Amino acid sequence: MSKFLLKNVSLLGEAPTDVLIQDDLIAAIGADAAGKAANHDSAESVEIIDCAGLIAVPGLVDLHTHLREPGFEASETVLSGTRSAAAGGFTAVHAMANTSPVADTAGVVEQVWSLGLVAGFADVVPVGAVTVGLEGKQLAELAAMADSRAQVRVFSDDGKCVSDPLLMRRALEYVKAFDGVIAQHSQEPRLTEGAQMNEGIVSAELGLVGWPAVAEESIIARDVLLAEHVGSRLHVCHLSTAGSVEIVRWAKARGINVTAEVTPHHLLLTDELARSYDAVYKVNPPLRTQADVLALREALIDGTIDIIATDHAPHPDESKDCEWNAAAFGMLGLEIAASVAHDVLIASGKSTWQRFAEVLSHNPSKIGRLAQQGQAIAVGSIANLALIDPSQTRDAVSTESRSHNNPYLGLKVGGEVVHTIYRGYFTKRDGKVAAGGRNHAAPTDVNSAAKVSN
Amino acid sequence: MSSLKHLLSAADLSRDAAINLLDIAETMSSVNDREIKKLPTLRGKTVVNLFFEDSTRTRISFELAAKRLSADVINFSAKGSSVSKGESLKDTAQTLEAMGADGVVIRHPASGAAYTLAHSGWINGSIVNAGDGTHEHPTQALLDAFTIRRRLHGAASSGKDLAGVKVAVVGDVLHSRVARSNLLLLNTLGAEVHLVAPPTLLPANSSAWNAVIHFSLDEMLQTVKPDAVMMLRVQLERMNAAYFPSEREYARVWGFNADRLAMLRENALLMHPGPMNRGLEISAAAADSPNSTVLEQVANGVSVRMAVLFNLLSGERSIDNV
Repeated sequence: MSKFLLKNVSLLGEAPTDVLIQDDLIAAIGADAAGKAANHDSAESVEIIDCAGLIAVPGLVDLHTHLREPGFEASETVLSGTRSAAAGGFTAVHAMANTSPVADTAGVVEQVWSLGLVAGFADVVPVGAVTVGLEGKQLAELAAMADSRAQVRVFSDDGKCVSDPLLMRRALEYVKAFDGVIAQHSQEPRLTEGAQMNEGIVSAELGLVGWPAVAEESIIARDVLLAEHVGSRLHVCHLSTAGSVEIVRWAKARGINVTAEVTPHHLLLTDELARSYDAVYKVNPPLRTQADVLALREALIDGTIDIIATDHAPHPDESKDCEWNAAAFGMLGLEIAASVAHDVLIASGKSTWQRFAEVLSHNPSKIGRLAQQGQAIAVGSIANLALIDPSQTRDAVSTESRSHNNPYLGLKVGGEVVHTIYRGYFTKRDGKVAAGGRNHAAPTDVNSAAKVSN
Repeated sequence: MSSLKHLLSAADLSRDAAINLLDIAETMSSVNDREIKKLPTLRGKTVVNLFFEDSTRTRISFELAAKRLSADVINFSAKGSSVSKGESLKDTAQTLEAMGADGVVIRHPASGAAYTLAHSGWINGSIVNAGDGTHEHPTQALLDAFTIRRRLHGAASSGKDLAGVKVAVVGDVLHSRVARSNLLLLNTLGAEVHLVAPPTLLPANSSAWNAVIHFSLDEMLQTVKPDAVMMLRVQLERMNAAYFPSEREYARVWGFNADRLAMLRENALLMHPGPMNRGLEISAAAADSPNSTVLEQVANGVSVRMAVLFNLLSGERSIDNV
């Protein structure tokens, strides 16, 4: 049994209080916590942790992570990726399906799921491919993945768009059988052949092939209409343009069951950075304009966009240390997301820690149907917490990923994650990621860490 | 005179720097008229022509320029390199650095490759952009400006800019590094730039460009009465990507034919960077007319490239000692 007393911690920005964590649960809050800690059997020690000045939020949940294992272990592994997640305050990550082999069978998703259990730094929730081999031709065995031990609920061909409208319709319909959701990478393939960066003033000057906003917006418009027609649940991955925001806003007003995510980089960076021809800024969908950034920020605050998801996409150095056209798309995100959310919601003075918890924990848990994540900070809840120091600025480094494609290097950001508590275990403490995962420290029944769908 | 470290973009050149290069090119041109067409200026320097894309014309122009300045010249053809998973640009650059290249003239199919080479820290030598993807080709813009200035001012060219000169660039602006570099340099030199193209072959956001956009070549010729018309080469693969319906339609609407030649002012320049698609963007009658400057552009290319290599590689040596 382990017990921790978090002293003087602010829950979502409220007045400081105490939180007692016993094993993997929140045992008490407030005066009761201090009392229980003092009164308990003296055979057990209670460790008291001074949390003055820290904000507690529910453990962060990423709906969009590339862990690269199996197949691309030079870029990332489940272990290194979940250590990076822990560093960023995450207690659950959804592992995207574009591994090798592709996560399009029950066998592969169970492999990824069990690697997560062994690592013990966060719940690893596999995302299943929508189509076999991400090829957009034939539906993968979605029900088999849903019924597997990994209990897949989110399906995505991310990296590629399910561009065939009939296949998209069928996928949306089919996953209703097990309350699944299709997370669409919205990119009209013909409008983006050879595309390198946002199509706009900068691409015209740089002579790089443009990726026009309409290639994203036309797919989102089609998909929300399909979702309405078949009465299914649609999730829009990494929405990046002001026009996409307008379409999602319209769809929600119409009652269509659509959710949308935005990445940290689309909330902060613009296509002006491509002028350096530094491929660390090459990402798909591409960095857009300042007007897009402002529209995305507003949409995150007003609820049009439901969540921040990282699209953490590690790549080895040689995939970025080359001419722009030859470089891979993608950038790191797990260790910056909380700071960007802090910047957009809190430092701006425009929103609240409650909204912070919604966009980075409650809402992604709901979309992924994770019962054991995104719980309110309350007695009896699973002890998944991130403790954030809003007063400090830090260098925007990424320390735990195997890869170095960090576009934020050199920036100073606020909102440092000081502690991450994953099912009652400190995966990060005093700014340092734990040497070993939860299971190494305290072996538990692996089934207790399993995701339960509702 | 100040010397540049690299020449990556026409935007690297201020008005004074551009005029300075054009004036040096005038001096170099007189060398090219001598019986002994050689200067000792770059003796002991090594210039590498690093070509990731076939371009015999550009390569031999740079090669001749470097040789006339007495540099040692290495031609390194690495067609299909890193993109096709061969040796990476980085490894190639570091190899050249280890061999002690003073200047690298790079032609590459990827936009920004010259910029990346110059800013990567892989190599210390001076980099000359000899065409990067659909981005820029600054020495082409310099030789075009040189050609215009000479036709307009003759022996009195030195020291002059192109103030008030009306230049029309016609054709595939979207994919043209020649157009991008010319747009920048012509504006720097005070010229008035007109772009003429089917809307599919203009950037979607060309409204931010410092040029007047036209969709009709005939209307532009009648209303603008340009001093120079620069025809861009049409890549035939563009037709398959639906940029225009057919060669015949393109030639009819945007090609420079005998009828349009008749609309040109008597002493206006008809320019083409070569190689020409005769019968597509330019008819034989136009290409071989007295207005055509195609061969002058080739000759001037050597003088301008000598000027650039001289400026980048000669250090403190003065042009007056030439």
